[in-house]
Amino acid sequence: MSAPARTAAQAGLITCHSCGLLVRRPTSGARHPRCPRCHAPLHGRKPDSLSRTMAWLTAAIMLYAPAMALPIMTTTTLTGVRNDTILSGVYYLMHSGMWPLAAVVFFASVVVPVLKILVLTYLLVTVRRGMTRRRRERTVLFRIIEAVGRWSMVDIYVVTILVALVQLRALAMIEARAGAVFFATVVILTMLAARSFDPRLIWDSQQR
Amino acid sequence: MHATYVACHECDLLHRVRPLPNGGTALCERCGAVLYRRRDGSLDRVVALTLAGLILFCVANAFPLLSMRLDTNIQEATLLTGVLHLWDQGMRELAMLVLLTSVALPGLKLVLLLYVTLPLRLGLRPPGMAPVFRLVRELQPWAMMEVFLLGILVAMVKLADTADILVGPAMYAFAFLILALAGVTACLDPHAVWERLRTP
Repeated sequence: MSAPARTAAQAGLITCHSCGLLVRRPTSGARHPRCPRCHAPLHGRKPDSLSRTMAWLTAAIMLYAPAMALPIMTTTTLTGVRNDTILSGVYYLMHSGMWPLAAVVFFASVVVPVLKILVLTYLLVTVRRGMTRRRRERTVLFRIIEAVGRWSMVDIYVVTILVALVQLRALAMIEARAGAVFFATVVILTMLAARSFDPRLIWDSQQR
Repeated sequence: MHATYVACHECDLLHRVRPLPNGGTALCERCGAVLYRRRDGSLDRVVALTLAGLILFCVANAFPLLSMRLDTNIQEATLLTGVLHLWDQGMRELAMLVLLTSVALPGLKLVLLLYVTLPLRLGLRPPGMAPVFRLVRELQPWAMMEVFLLGILVAMVKLADTADILVGPAMYAFAFLILALAGVTACLDPHAVWERLRTP
């Protein structure tokens, strides 16, 4: 297409968030328009995208410190008691010689949550300021953090399985601790933050 | 309504829908997002893989996944054992979260997906297909069985030094279930399903 590219918004159209159908923007009157195909509520952009993303993100940032600082599980054996945080768990795995697995877990439980928080903050700031540079790169960043976010839950599942298996009362016991609750909450909050963000806002700022 | 045009869901640019060769994928020319695909016969594959997934899901939940032997003690664990122990330890929110993301939502997703795709394949119209399929799409990010599989691998490595870990029958079912779920994700063409749901 050589003619100036047009967006659905400029053409007076709305894409259904649920099924992707293009619908003509309803004229005023219909208060709660719905998609004729899948019956989902229609919005031009995700409703209150920036405020909602900011709210979820702020909550995630506040809970991040306790999630990393508090132990996620306690191991009681004949020789003593050991507390593990997210970081000490990754450290242990690195020293067990399973490098590929350690790298995956390090990425999922340490890199991904920080990356999500940083990228979403960056996207919020640049969209607020109406920045028009690097729009494609920012869209790709968003796509990546939305796709990898769920893998941070892996540490929660590790604790679940260890708790299930290591229940030999006299010999060894593993129990979950508060850090796991905080960490799981951070993961869920950042997922909700990413889902509330509408990447089309990155492109809206260029239109004059 | 405007089926000859499609807007990119990530940057809102309008594109004219062009016919694709089988197996082709159309990308947004501005931001590179996937616009639509063409996969002939994908509905058959989705139905088959969903059915297989449901059977494997039952097996994976019914039998022990792993067991640990330390001296003369043997401890077996199914998918739900960890949830029950977390609940008993007072971590009820965590137990509910694990139950939802690793068992309840993946199971629900499979059942609902079959409710939509099997009748579509047979040419039937049970009630509420559109809202059910919408729910299936909404559940997608919250069903995390493949993450759970990675968790099992990590837990096995962590315990390998101190005890013998035996792989139970459910573990094989679980691994194949993840493959089936990945197949469903790869074959499912939501646009084609929505098109079929609209035209009776």
